[in-house]
Amino acid sequence: MASIAEPVQVQAPPAARAQPLRDFQIVPLAGLPIVAVVIVGMIVAIATNSLWALDFYHIVGGGLWTGIDLFLGLVLGPIMGSMSIPARVEFSTRLMPKMLLIMPTLVTMTLGAGFQLARSLGNLSANSPQHSWLVASYIVVGVMATIAIGLLEPANIAVLFELRKPQPNGARIERLMKVFIYTAGITGLMQVATLVIMTHIAAG
Amino acid sequence: MEAHQAQAQLVPGDRELPPVQQISIAVLALIVIGGIYTASHLPRHVPQGPTIALLIAAVLLLAANGVLLSRIEQFNWRVFRQVAGWVLLAYAVIAGMLEYVFIYDHTRGTQLLILTLMLAVFAVNIPLLLGFSVARFQAPDASS
Repeated sequence: MASIAEPVQVQAPPAARAQPLRDFQIVPLAGLPIVAVVIVGMIVAIATNSLWALDFYHIVGGGLWTGIDLFLGLVLGPIMGSMSIPARVEFSTRLMPKMLLIMPTLVTMTLGAGFQLARSLGNLSANSPQHSWLVASYIVVGVMATIAIGLLEPANIAVLFELRKPQPNGARIERLMKVFIYTAGITGLMQVATLVIMTHIAAG
Repeated sequence: MEAHQAQAQLVPGDRELPPVQQISIAVLALIVIGGIYTASHLPRHVPQGPTIALLIAAVLLLAANGVLLSRIEQFNWRVFRQVAGWVLLAYAVIAGMLEYVFIYDHTRGTQLLILTLMLAVFAVNIPLLLGFSVARFQAPDASS
């Protein structure tokens, strides 16, 4: 199995042939130790049932996930839409590999710690007054996960592989980036529903 | 006429392929619904009929997807295996962590078996989806 993390030479699309060749990794290897530390920390938090650690992982992960989704979909998306194709390619080459590590890590942090936190606080119980709000949050997260894994992530990885080609297809990159930005925006807006639900649960 | 319209919406260089991505999303949705149904009942006993039905439907769709995928001619299987292999590794870790949480939370018996099978379908479906999503845009390799 060849490595998808190996550095590759990328040539810009026809419209940007004046741009220099760049090296980039589809999976930034330097970020993997950070991801490993975060994941091991979460496993320790779950194994020790530390309320503070679970709270920390859930709130930090959820806050960053929501913030990045909203920022990508509502701020960066329209900005990228107004950029020239070479500029978009240049920007995507730097942004997308980082997103490939950041987003799955934040989602794992938020959901793993969140479920265990709800269990520790007794909110999972059907008798809990928060139970219906929790089920609502499962549904919102379930829809978001389906959109993210089914549409957003494939577009992200396909763009990276397209960028590795000697002559990337600009129209294809543009279409895939639209899918990425729009789905990030949709999940970002759905995150607002999560914020309403979670603040309601926290307020008791 | 419809095929002509669909072709017109494609980016130059793309070609029409079986709906592997759509079926994978359907499999994912079935697993997610099963997960939500189960989580909404925990920690009480979970009625198993609906989760078993969802699991069977997901397995059948996954199998159909595998057949559709294997019948594609002129496909870049090298890139498919490269992406799917690494994604399988990543999702095996994620599925393993979820399995750890289930066991840690004292899930046992048939319930654990159903959840494990749902995780297995999940862990196979996502590599198939991502491998296809990348390989479809690559030039066919020599072996296809």
